Amino acid sequence: MFFGPSKLYEFWLPRAAGSVTQHGSSRQPIFAFLNEEKFDVDGWMVYNPVEEYRRQGLPNHHWRITFINKCYELCDTYPALLVVPYRASDDDLRRVATFRSRNRIPVLSWIHPENKTVIVRCSQPLVGMSGKRNKDDEKYLDVIRETNRQINKLTIYDARPNVNAVANKATGGGYESDDAYHNAELFFLDIHNIHVMRESLKKVKDIVYPNVEESHWLSSLESTHWLEHIKLVLTGAIQVADRVSSGKSSVVVHCSDGWDRTAQLTSLAMLMLDSYYRSIEGFEILVQKEWISFGHKFASRIGHGDKNHADADRSPIFLQFIDCVWQMSKQFPTAFEFNERFLIVILDHLYSCRFGTFLYNCESAREKQKVTERTVSLWSLINSNKDKFKNPFYTKEINRVLYPVASMRHLELWVNYYIRWNPRIKQQQPNPVEQRYMELLALRDEYIKRLEELQLANSPKLSDPSTSPSSPSQMVPHVQTHF
Amino acid sequence: MLGKGVVGGGGGTKAPKPSFVSYVRPEEIHTNEKEVTEKEVTLHLLPGEQLLCEASTVLKCVQEDSCQRGIYGRLVCTDFKIAFLGDDESALDNDETQFKNKVIGENDITLHCVDQIYGVFDEKKKTLFGQLKKYPEKLIIHCKDLRVFHFCLRYTKEEEVKRIVSGIIHHTQAPKLLKRLFLFSYATAAQNHTATDPKNHAVMFDTLQDWCWELERTKGNMKYKAVSVNEGYKVCERLPAYFVVPTPLPEEDVPRFQGHGIPIWCWSCHSGCALLKMSALPKEQDDGILQIQKNFLDGIYKTIHRPPYETVKTEDLSSNFLSLQEIQTAYSKFKQLFLIDNSTEFWDTDIKWFSLLESSSWLDIIRRCLKKAIEIIECLEAQNMNVLLLEENASDLCCLVSSLVQVMMDPHCRTRFGFQSLVQKEWIVGGHCFLDRCNHLRQSDKEEHQRQLSLPLTQSKSSPKRGFFREETDHLIKNLLGKRISKLINSSEELQDNFREFYDSWRSKPPNYHGLLLPHIEGPEIKVWAQRYLRWIPEAQILGGGRVATLSKLLEMMEEVQRLQEKIEERHHSQEALQAEAASLLRTSARLSSLFPFALLQRHSSKPVLPTSGWKALGDEEDLAKREDEFVDLGDV
Repeated sequence: MFFGPSKLYEFWLPRAAGSVTQHGSSRQPIFAFLNEEKFDVDGWMVYNPVEEYRRQGLPNHHWRITFINKCYELCDTYPALLVVPYRASDDDLRRVATFRSRNRIPVLSWIHPENKTVIVRCSQPLVGMSGKRNKDDEKYLDVIRETNRQINKLTIYDARPNVNAVANKATGGGYESDDAYHNAELFFLDIHNIHVMRESLKKVKDIVYPNVEESHWLSSLESTHWLEHIKLVLTGAIQVADRVSSGKSSVVVHCSDGWDRTAQLTSLAMLMLDSYYRSIEGFEILVQKEWISFGHKFASRIGHGDKNHADADRSPIFLQFIDCVWQMSKQFPTAFEFNERFLIVILDHLYSCRFGTFLYNCESAREKQKVTERTVSLWSLINSNKDKFKNPFYTKEINRVLYPVASMRHLELWVNYYIRWNPRIKQQQPNPVEQRYMELLALRDEYIKRLEELQLANSPKLSDPSTSPSSPSQMVPHVQTHF
Repeated sequence: MLGKGVVGGGGGTKAPKPSFVSYVRPEEIHTNEKEVTEKEVTLHLLPGEQLLCEASTVLKCVQEDSCQRGIYGRLVCTDFKIAFLGDDESALDNDETQFKNKVIGENDITLHCVDQIYGVFDEKKKTLFGQLKKYPEKLIIHCKDLRVFHFCLRYTKEEEVKRIVSGIIHHTQAPKLLKRLFLFSYATAAQNHTATDPKNHAVMFDTLQDWCWELERTKGNMKYKAVSVNEGYKVCERLPAYFVVPTPLPEEDVPRFQGHGIPIWCWSCHSGCALLKMSALPKEQDDGILQIQKNFLDGIYKTIHRPPYETVKTEDLSSNFLSLQEIQTAYSKFKQLFLIDNSTEFWDTDIKWFSLLESSSWLDIIRRCLKKAIEIIECLEAQNMNVLLLEENASDLCCLVSSLVQVMMDPHCRTRFGFQSLVQKEWIVGGHCFLDRCNHLRQSDKEEHQRQLSLPLTQSKSSPKRGFFREETDHLIKNLLGKRISKLINSSEELQDNFREFYDSWRSKPPNYHGLLLPHIEGPEIKVWAQRYLRWIPEAQILGGGRVATLSKLLEMMEEVQRLQEKIEERHHSQEALQAEAASLLRTSARLSSLFPFALLQRHSSKPVLPTSGWKALGDEEDLAKREDEFVDLGDV
């Protein structure tokens, strides 16, 4: 929760609503289970993994869909449906699972439509202090490398700082060493852990509430490190996207367990690479897929219905991802179908418990609680009011890779989210340029209508297709107006 | 090809993607020399412009996608500019050429735009000035418009190096006579004055009529009159030939102290309240003279304190506001943040960007300027008072504050011609000492006392900061600042309350873009004007992004609406069957850079820019950073 134990959110949360979580003793249910709102659209229908993989052109000669995890037996925090290399058998997968933290084996997240390089996600290998090796895991990564017939090495991005990855050996984890994985190159992305992020956000809160730091705003902002973390996450995602987009090699992304930093990196890289995810529904699918189905621990990170607000499990990882998306939409104001309000509403309902979307830690738990039957999806609310969440400047561009500039010169604090309660800071909604654009859009539509009417009145031949006012071929040249 | 010597890479002529390598064998240069001479780019001289010195085989180094590239060419120095004549492969394609500056090319640096010249000697960067004993292997020129040029002289003949380096240093640093400024020889050589339509240009305020119009426009003519007492600059050279004073003020008062102590009208707002400025009377020791001054001022104040005039609030800008040194110091620190030599420097400074920005104080100065303007507006608008700005010569901070007030209050000043007229009225005719403040004559003896200043002119919400004037001040002002008087605490508190109330009440209403516009001034709201300051930095470019992306969509839509409008009118007016209109396409939204139109030439590939610098220490969070994400439970490990 952003402002820690805040009264504001208690309104939504029946105190210690424990019946549907593992914690707590009270039996009060979370509001989402009581909510009787009805919407025109059923948001639970938005994400269908088979359809999403089909959109990506999967399965193909090199990748297959496996139902090995149908009953969550291979990995209880993974979705039921997984995409794995064609050449790896289900038995191979089981053996690889023994060598990956919490059995989170490398599986496909995204495939490049042309060069067929892939983004694969997983958790850390269980190398441990003794430097254990696992032939199946090594072979499995090599199979992944070969799927796009590149002779290049496979690129592994370990999201952690190098020292942390080394330290994780002490607890049985670790990273892919050069000795064991000859055909892979490993890079550390230096993104800090959930505790660092939590503290950083606390500091952000301190400089904006109750008063906005005035005279030393910039140095105070710098001392929170919040934007520095954003910069590192974006930088990591850019690297992943660039590797894949340039066709240099396929990429494996992991951190420790592969449900926090890994989700940030894969989803941001996919957002940069695939314009489909920049549409409203595409983005919903991205969140549904990379975050919800792949077991980002929403319940633990947010603490829904948990009275222990200060738990060490809490961390604003998903908020940080949405902030990164906002930074991207700020840098590319015409590339996203959704507006700022869409992102804010998602975050508001991350905490609100009005919808079932962000409840529980993983798909298996959600299935057990019958979340899709018993609660409403956030996407129902959004998709039945889509106009409210649309960016008027959106220009659909297929196959355009978006690389944001991860420089402090361009990153800024998301004032409309973090400081929105302060009346002094309140931004104009909508902003003047947007307002003007909307006026012009309305004017254009009106003129088009009038032209059509005039045409009907003037010309007895209605069927002349060349006079259709919306046809661009008919536009008079007019290129003198520049600024 | 095209006069461009490619160095490094695979060496020689074949390398398709050249990268700049410092050490080149002489034979490699020779392979290109023939082409260089064949396809030499010609030097374009303006009428009256003269070539002074030149050097050939100079290598201009360009940073491109984190590798360096060199382009061979000729470096020349004329009495107007320094120019590099090489042919850049990355030259503009047709779409972009229409945004090219026709007078000052991409590789031209006007002499007055040079800010600082550095030489590189054995990899050490040193400031260059005066007579040199040793000539550098590389010349780095920092420009006032924030461009940075690197010219490698390693392959240039020694005597040519001497000639060009000392030439550039001399012509950019030596004191100049006013009559020797290039514009005079240009004006003599190019004598074609084009007649302009008076409706379509800025008001110049060089005639009595112009002032009368302005009085009429602002409805100030009831209480103020335009006077021609200074016609031919008989009274004072500092004041314009024509200006406006309160109607009852006797014209013979103006020459008493050469225009000092005279309230001069700037602008009237709709309520009838006016903004006035006054240059202070000279400081005197003699009691007799002081008494005369006092009597004179008493008379003046009696005139403007009496009805029909509203109560006057005097705003002493020399003692209650920013000092010119503060502005100057801040700007020199601030601009340094954007004069970046290479990619490494960019990313190294990126980590501490916010604290660097803050330590320059520039944004805080911007905030204080805007706040001062809002305070004055509060007096004019909410308290119905006249405001009299007081300053030593009424030609620095007066210009700044008065024009800011007008931009915020008067929608006319937010139009192109209105803004030009405002600059003309308040700054040019208003007597801002551009020559001294910019030190165009490079009088080094003054420089010790003078400060380069850069004053923000406007930053209102609807428009980005639009212009600013760099200037210097003389030591008189500095002396004056010693006598700063601090205001009584309670009176300033009261002032703050009024200000807050006024500002908050304005902010709570929906803005009217054709009325009063107040800028946001809270901490996070004052930001760097990226399009100006970052414009030459390739790393800072967002390809296809930035505010430009939405603005160009807006322009496209405006064009479309206009086109439809024309069509509707055509149909209304003509009964004949319409001809099938010529097919044309909408102006395709060319992908522009966020730094458009400045950054056309900076980065061409779509490769992402990646930060190269590492992570800064976390300090007190170091222990958190070492913790595990989850309570460790890895089973059978």
